[in-house]
Amino acid sequence: MKVLMTEYLRIDLDSEKWECRVCDHEIGPANKGYKEGMLVYDRDPREIHPPIIDPEKYRFTFSPDPEWVRILEYYCPHCGTMVETEYAIPGHPPLHDMQPDLPALRAQWAKREEIAKPVVGPEVLADQGHSH
Amino acid sequence: MNEIATPVRAKMPSAEELALIEKFLSDTTLFLGPDPEIMQNHDLMPRTEAEDEAIRKMSDAHSIAKIRDRIQAGCDEGYEMVEQMGAAPGAKWGDVITGVYSASGDLAIASAGGVLLFSALVHHPIKFIIKNWMNDPTVGVREGDGFIHNDSRYGNVHNTDQSMILPIFHEGKLVCWVASTVHEGENGAIEPGGMPSMAESPSDEGLKMCPFKVVENYEIKRDILTFLQNSVREPKLQYEDMKVKLFACLRIKQRIEETFRTDGPDALVSTLRLTMENVRAEVKRRISEWPDMTVSTYIIQDSTLRENCVVKVNCKLTKTGDRLIFDFRGSAPEFTNRPTNTIVAGLKGMLSQVFLCYVWPDLPRGQAAFAPIEVITDPHSIMNCSYDAPNSQSLMSIFTGFTAGQHAVAKFLYSCPEKYTKVHAPTFNMINTFIWGGVSQHGETLGNLCADLNGMGAGATVDRDGEHALAPIFATMADIGEQELNEEDVPFLQLVSKKMTRDAIAPGKYRGGQGYTMIVATKDSEQWGFMTTCQGAKIPPMQGLFGGYACGTYPLSKVKGVDVYDVLLETPEKFKHSIEEIMNEQPFEGASYTTHHMGMGFEISKRGELFMISQGSGAGYGDLLERDPAGVIRDIEEGLISQGVAERLYKVKFDPVTLAINHEATAIARDAERKARLARGVPYAEFVKSWSKPTPPSHLQYFGCWGDDIDKLYMGSPNKFRAANEPRPNYMAHPKDVRIAELEARLAALGAMGGEKQ
Repeated sequence: MKVLMTEYLRIDLDSEKWECRVCDHEIGPANKGYKEGMLVYDRDPREIHPPIIDPEKYRFTFSPDPEWVRILEYYCPHCGTMVETEYAIPGHPPLHDMQPDLPALRAQWAKREEIAKPVVGPEVLADQGHSH
Repeated sequence: MNEIATPVRAKMPSAEELALIEKFLSDTTLFLGPDPEIMQNHDLMPRTEAEDEAIRKMSDAHSIAKIRDRIQAGCDEGYEMVEQMGAAPGAKWGDVITGVYSASGDLAIASAGGVLLFSALVHHPIKFIIKNWMNDPTVGVREGDGFIHNDSRYGNVHNTDQSMILPIFHEGKLVCWVASTVHEGENGAIEPGGMPSMAESPSDEGLKMCPFKVVENYEIKRDILTFLQNSVREPKLQYEDMKVKLFACLRIKQRIEETFRTDGPDALVSTLRLTMENVRAEVKRRISEWPDMTVSTYIIQDSTLRENCVVKVNCKLTKTGDRLIFDFRGSAPEFTNRPTNTIVAGLKGMLSQVFLCYVWPDLPRGQAAFAPIEVITDPHSIMNCSYDAPNSQSLMSIFTGFTAGQHAVAKFLYSCPEKYTKVHAPTFNMINTFIWGGVSQHGETLGNLCADLNGMGAGATVDRDGEHALAPIFATMADIGEQELNEEDVPFLQLVSKKMTRDAIAPGKYRGGQGYTMIVATKDSEQWGFMTTCQGAKIPPMQGLFGGYACGTYPLSKVKGVDVYDVLLETPEKFKHSIEEIMNEQPFEGASYTTHHMGMGFEISKRGELFMISQGSGAGYGDLLERDPAGVIRDIEEGLISQGVAERLYKVKFDPVTLAINHEATAIARDAERKARLARGVPYAEFVKSWSKPTPPSHLQYFGCWGDDIDKLYMGSPNKFRAANEPRPNYMAHPKDVRIAELEARLAALGAMGGEKQ
């Protein structure tokens, strides 16, 4: 049984491993953070959020200040998919952002069918209103 | 020998004496401040005997649904009245809620639209009235009474929001309450508009109305009204909107009395109680479908609105069984003299908005939807501030708290098969708009704001881009209004309005919805000014989701030393319609061009000077290399992103003239970028060795916990901190004093102090 946890991650409840949904790479034990099996890149935020007004002339430019914040990019070490980003204060330890309770997850999914494609959720359609 | 020094066993009071002591203390209470028993609790009150009795008499689900719909329609009718007749801009754009509360004060049914966070917040003042005024012979609660309230320490978000609260009786017996709440804006604070960022203590925040009686026999008491009018900058608005709120409440009362006649009061009481209990039970059932998990996130505030600094909003969300616990411990300590603190009830109100608007929008609106969810905070923190701390800009903390909640919740929802909405990246969360005030072209004293705060860009979802300028996070069905109508009343124009700000992006597989540019200039008044109250000019106030990026940052730009109306008259070709062109090309000779963070205190503007800002983008979702190239080209065509930025970030190859996509070259470029990631990415264990530091960086004024150690809260430097459970004052220096000290140090270093005596 495999449980889809995020856009790019799933947990194999039998092996208790995080896996990449893009390339099936086994990332690491699911009783630890998936980030521990990732590649990390310290991104200058100005490269993603470009200055709109001239940084040579102005203090504030629409770009984040790279001395105040960095973007940590987490890549799957096998296929290079960017699994998560983290806007971080320089030097702040990376977040252990998701820690499922594996026995509880197993018990919960024992009552469910395995889902291969994620449930997207209901569409909001303009023609679903009340009418006569 | 001194008898007093002889140790004796203290005499224990008898039960009779204890009762006497308690009566004495109760009779001689010197001040009825906010009651922690009320303010710290957001759950439903216990079922009363009267409710039990009513439910025994009537609990038929069909009848309850019929009565609930009828009361819901009455609340919506009251809402429409306030929206149509209210004078405050907030009323016109839907910054309103109306509702029916149980006899114990819980909000059972609220209007469907408007500011739903109010739905978790107006029960506090009603419970204060019940506890303190109901049996007080000098006040009392009688048929025909109405109570007013705005002091957020007794409930609600901030002091701009005024409530009118009416008890509803049937044959002399209190059956329920109705209330109407509006963001009125002006409240007599030290800056116009009701949300002063300059407030350094609660005494700077204007009117502080704990719940008190202002209506008798359904008529507003003129003496008290005059006092209130005399305390604010917009006296006519104060009167008009008190009347509007009163009559909205009376319309809801009318609908309730119709129900009394057709179904009887017990049916109404039963409907209110069972609606709340059923919603609460359904929320616990829905939570139990989520995975048991702990999700951690943090959002960074980059200013107090007075100075840039780093303020952490720390959030750990744990779900176990049918319990869901928000743990905000580790967030920054309360600022003693800055107004960005929030009372904890305000935070809870915004978190309830996450669920009512973004997770379970199908649930009946009311207090019950958030009632079973738990919230933990540190005392005297920005998420749970004390009575003595200013909180007029609590929006900064409740909005970033909301985003932390929205970000964390998305990580639970993805794997849950039972969904009521799509998984959603964070929506933009700052009120990027102009607050204004002064004397209008008609001689009226005004103080309020542009409805553009409601144009926040939406976050992307699991299968589509975020919508542009969609809605504020605090009111999904609000409006950004008609600026042209506003301009009939105020002496300034939005010279550029509703034009998307190019390249202010939140990239992803699905990109965030973007924000638009606002350029304003005063025209017909010498006594008019603006302020802005937002964070996020140095650090984005959000996180992206599942590999998507957050938004960028948003500054304030000013052009002074120009009368742009003269330019438009004489050399209109010089005027440009974007911040990018005006600031980079500097088309007006002799003018000064400056940039600032978004915490501009109230500033008088001269005719034709430009103040320029942009609304923000919602966060992106997923890896941007998976974005459909056609979507990238559409963004170029719509002016959302420039060609160079699109090609560099999304690795899409296209003809710069025809914009025809070269799919083969795009696939090659994207493969190359994935390989480049593998080459530049560092294995986690190796990365943290060089990245992670034991304390916050010394070059930043940092507030809050560092890493996972939530017991230690830093207070501006690596060497200054407090234990999380031991509050300490946390004063900020005046920014001008800081600047003067910097400049004096430079003068001293140059030996240019001129021998000035100290």
